[in-house]
Amino acid sequence: MAKLTNIFNNRRSWAAPYALFLVLFVVLPLIMIVFYAFHDASGTFTVHNFTKFFTTNTDLNRFIYSIGIAIITTLICILLGYPAAYIMASAEFNTPKVMAILFILPMWVNFLLRTIATAELFSMLGMPLREGALLFGMVYDFLPFMIYPIYNTIQKLDNSYLEAARDLGATPLQVFTKVTLPLSMPGIYSGIVMVFMPTVSTFAISEILTENNIHLFGTTIQESINSGTMLNYGAALSLIMLVIIGITSLIGNNDNSESREGGLL
Amino acid sequence: MKTKHIIAKTYLWILIAVLYTPIVMIIVFSFTKSKVLGNWTGFSIDLYKNLFSGNSGIGLNSAIINTIIIALIAAFFATLLGTLAAIGIYNMRQRERNILLFTNNIPMINPDIITGVSLFFLFVALGVTQGMATIIIAHIVFCTPYVVLSVMPRLTKMNPNIYEAALDLGATPFQALRKVLIPELLPGMISGFILSITLSIDDFGVTYFTKGSGGIETLSTFIYADARRGGLTPELRPLFSLIFLVILIMLVIINIRASKKTNK
Repeated sequence: MAKLTNIFNNRRSWAAPYALFLVLFVVLPLIMIVFYAFHDASGTFTVHNFTKFFTTNTDLNRFIYSIGIAIITTLICILLGYPAAYIMASAEFNTPKVMAILFILPMWVNFLLRTIATAELFSMLGMPLREGALLFGMVYDFLPFMIYPIYNTIQKLDNSYLEAARDLGATPLQVFTKVTLPLSMPGIYSGIVMVFMPTVSTFAISEILTENNIHLFGTTIQESINSGTMLNYGAALSLIMLVIIGITSLIGNNDNSESREGGLL
Repeated sequence: MKTKHIIAKTYLWILIAVLYTPIVMIIVFSFTKSKVLGNWTGFSIDLYKNLFSGNSGIGLNSAIINTIIIALIAAFFATLLGTLAAIGIYNMRQRERNILLFTNNIPMINPDIITGVSLFFLFVALGVTQGMATIIIAHIVFCTPYVVLSVMPRLTKMNPNIYEAALDLGATPFQALRKVLIPELLPGMISGFILSITLSIDDFGVTYFTKGSGGIETLSTFIYADARRGGLTPELRPLFSLIFLVILIMLVIINIRASKKTNK
């Protein structure tokens, strides 16, 4: 009993179960990826999985192509999403708050089903299911993830900065480029992370939207893991993906937890 | 000035129209019997009837049930684990706190495929047969960080002396927890729980790699398998039309309430 009271009093230790859980189910699995990546199927150390990747042209090309698609998707999302977020957030346009909710509402319909519906829409309109469809589908699926963090940062902007800039003689364009835009960069950064990460790693969306014509890097990983015989190769590819993720999150490391917090309801 | 506003509003509405076209299509085609989405064979509510009478096939029924069971169990444990963790982290020294919060961020930053694949390798290495249990563990992994982040702000806003006062006034630590701490944290816990349910129901990537080969499907993996076979179970259309409608009504109610509160 005395021990139990001790645990209650030392509230620091309440995090112990979760700390243990994190080590077991977050840290250890990542170590497992590294372990499998540097071993072959029989369990001996090797770097063959990596040399195989860098010498297999189809896989390397898919990798580069996926990064390209993800970058283009992210750019389109910024170009389309920033004005939308700006219009909704700035007091000038006086848009009702419901508008922002309208943009996240579609996310409650399963994204695979929405993607299938998008593919049907393309075929109904007689448009080919190729790159264009893929880009449209990606932007369609992830645009809300770009709009929301930007919307949040612009909304929190201190209006007195804008007023000060105007009082000091800045033109509306100058106010935007010198005050609003620089101050909304944190939102853009977390938007980039939230759009780039899933687009660079997806496999289901490209399969549905191009009828398996275009293979992305995610599909390569998924196929290697599913084959059962290329597990270690799949691990090496996942590790390469992890490196990309690491680099991206470093770029977007502007405390994006704040703009995500409670973002969905 | 006026034209600028008109252009801005038009832009927003065009975006929204494009965003909703696929959803409107799902809803419209939930009222026809045809097997293929996009093929109108006359008005019918047969798909709704099938959905509610369980005539939509064993696959879909068990996928729906699995999805609900997994979401509820995962959200429950995520809320429990996350709330305790948040209290613990709040009382930690800076260094420990930073380490834990950093690790807490990993599942949020990692894309589904990495979380799924990494857990897949863990379960393979441990020789665990993958199925319902491994899916639930995986869902707890990516839900708990959000619970921690929704409970933490409640803790920082709370007056830390209230808990101490309860203890000084003779409450046992457990009573203080139940009567002081939990009521204070409840809003954060509830939003963490709801967010967990949403994330769990919507998940595809993590589930896909941790469900094993035992034939367990959730709604997402069921839809994916369906799409790969080339035909979508038609009853999915009324199902998601209904889900969408329920969420829409819920959000409208929440917003009307919120705007009433701010008006007072």
